[in-house]
Amino acid sequence: MKPEQQYIDLFIEHENLIRQHSTSIMNNHRRPSLEEFQRLGFPPMKEDYACTNVNKAFAPDYGMNINRIKIPVNPYHVFCCDVPHLNAALYFTVNDSIYERKEISPNFPEGVYIGSLIKFAETHPEIAKQHYGKIAGTKNDGIIAINTMFAQDGFVVYVPQNIVLESPIQLIHINRSDVNTMSNRRILVIMEAHSQAKLLVCTHSMDKVSFISTEVIEIFANESAKFDYYDLEETSELTTRFTSLHLKQETHSQVCINGITLNNGLSRNNYHIELNGEYAENKLCGMSILDETKHLDTMTHIIHNAPHCTSNELFKNILNGHSTGAFSGKILVKKGADKTSAHLTNKNYCSTRNARMYSKPQLEIYADDVKCSHGMTTGQMDENALFYMQSRGIPYHEARTLLSIAFTADVLDNIHIEGLKERLQALIEKRFRGELAHCSDCNHNKQ
Amino acid sequence: MLKITNLHAAINEKEILKGINLSVNKGEVHAIMGPNGSGKSTLSSVLVGNPTFKVTKGEILFNGKNLLNLSPEDRSREGLFLSFQYPVEIPGVSMTNFMRVAINEHRKYKGLELISASDFLKLMREKQALVELDNKLAGRSVNEGFSGGEKKRNEIFQMAMLEPQLSILDETDSGLDIDALRIVASGVNKLRSTENSIIVITHYQRLLDYIKPDIVHVLYNGKIIKTAGQELALELESKGYEWLKEADKNNGIK
Repeated sequence: MKPEQQYIDLFIEHENLIRQHSTSIMNNHRRPSLEEFQRLGFPPMKEDYACTNVNKAFAPDYGMNINRIKIPVNPYHVFCCDVPHLNAALYFTVNDSIYERKEISPNFPEGVYIGSLIKFAETHPEIAKQHYGKIAGTKNDGIIAINTMFAQDGFVVYVPQNIVLESPIQLIHINRSDVNTMSNRRILVIMEAHSQAKLLVCTHSMDKVSFISTEVIEIFANESAKFDYYDLEETSELTTRFTSLHLKQETHSQVCINGITLNNGLSRNNYHIELNGEYAENKLCGMSILDETKHLDTMTHIIHNAPHCTSNELFKNILNGHSTGAFSGKILVKKGADKTSAHLTNKNYCSTRNARMYSKPQLEIYADDVKCSHGMTTGQMDENALFYMQSRGIPYHEARTLLSIAFTADVLDNIHIEGLKERLQALIEKRFRGELAHCSDCNHNKQ
Repeated sequence: MLKITNLHAAINEKEILKGINLSVNKGEVHAIMGPNGSGKSTLSSVLVGNPTFKVTKGEILFNGKNLLNLSPEDRSREGLFLSFQYPVEIPGVSMTNFMRVAINEHRKYKGLELISASDFLKLMREKQALVELDNKLAGRSVNEGFSGGEKKRNEIFQMAMLEPQLSILDETDSGLDIDALRIVASGVNKLRSTENSIIVITHYQRLLDYIKPDIVHVLYNGKIIKTAGQELALELESKGYEWLKEADKNNGIK
């Protein structure tokens, strides 16, 4: 049996239950997505997915919490995630259910909505309908299709015009289960004109079972909106994660996306970015530390549709053990997108003989008068620099740690949440020293 | 303090050092001169344990310890220092962080407590003043974007921070203008004491006008072919190396 079939059967058998625990706005997308999924299936191991075996990842039998049974966990007790000065409004999902907060909701300015998509569809039906599923198309990607078939709720950040959220929003995804489990997550971010917000998403796996997740993130940045999105993965070697982020930027909007992978199993992160309005600015970056048999595959598409836009892309990976990394980055400058400035850089350290990195930077330009560059380097650490440090009394392994931290420094420079950069620096340092990277205040890792 | 006996070293099977004998006592300043390709920089690299070079024969004792058995970091922590001819740029590692880690590794080795933040900053400022190094450089990455003169002054700054017993200055004068040379030399002279020693490797007499050596050696073709007092440097400056090479061919000098 092809791996697709079990998902199709599951969907048909439980369609009513899935619909019952969701909202019509999401339900309306299910049948068309099923059709797309039946047509597309999972992507084969070629072209965009040449380095990641998607079929194999989805082949095992995973449980899904279609009936929305409450998982007995109080995340506020498990995760007292205490990043100094972070002062974030904290939200949780347990697998793919939004955890209902009993604590008092933070005091946001009037009109701001943060929370479950099901409720958002009740309070803001028109806005929800206009945005949900609109940029994460199911026509070309079987993984988005399967997510849209099964996702029953999502996390919404809606910031109306001219509103600036000073403190960041933090969403923690918790993978928690006693059996192998699949989660289908959605995030929908709507930034109206001149609004500002920052969202930090952390993903953790609590149990030693296999987790798989599909995650679709849609972000709308309207005129002059400013938005930062940080994705921090600290899961486990048994966790498989397929994320697909879709971003549409209008005139003068500024968006920064930063994906940091400190611990994972198999991850595939797709980024689709469209710059549709003049003078939009995008910064897309990410870093990973991979070891053992971890796998991270990053694909980015940045499309310049309008003139005078800027995109800067920077991805760095440090590979140890038998880990594999892949990076495929494409910048497309469409006809008419004159005065575009677009730069793409991918740099990788392969620290061991068995680590493998596959990288493919691409640039397609159909406009005039543009400033574009793309480049990739993969190599070992600078032996001269290591020796120089040793000759000052710094031990070899310490010198390597310092160089590794230095290597990732420019990715961390793109973190604009106070306290978070320092916390991440500390986590990364711990990770390089071979200690488990986790926030020391998170009780779940102390078990 | 340092005793080198019959030292042979090779790179890629090619023998560069062919039997070096050299003793340096506490408080002495030695100059090693010689034409290009004679093995001067190889000698300094071997002393600090650069893995590119392989010692094939001989012995190096440093304060009675077998230096060749020590890792490069332990050699540093035992009190050996090399001012690099070509200091390495380390993007992303700040001078401050680099020096703090180095100082603390030295202190750990000696069983001392780690240095406090305020003491460290005080020490940095004090030693920077010694070579007239701008404090702004402390926040920048190690040697990155430094001018030639700044790099060399930065080497002497590190020497001042680490307080080595034996410092090797490998062509510290190369690439320096007269003013920078004076600053570097005066920095070195301030660090000179009866307790520590210096080996100055240079092509030219120029630096030795500022850092006065007690003993001058001429290295040629992997061997020390002449050892004399300070006046030898002046003689080399006026006569060049040819007469020594000739004499070496005829085995005339000892």
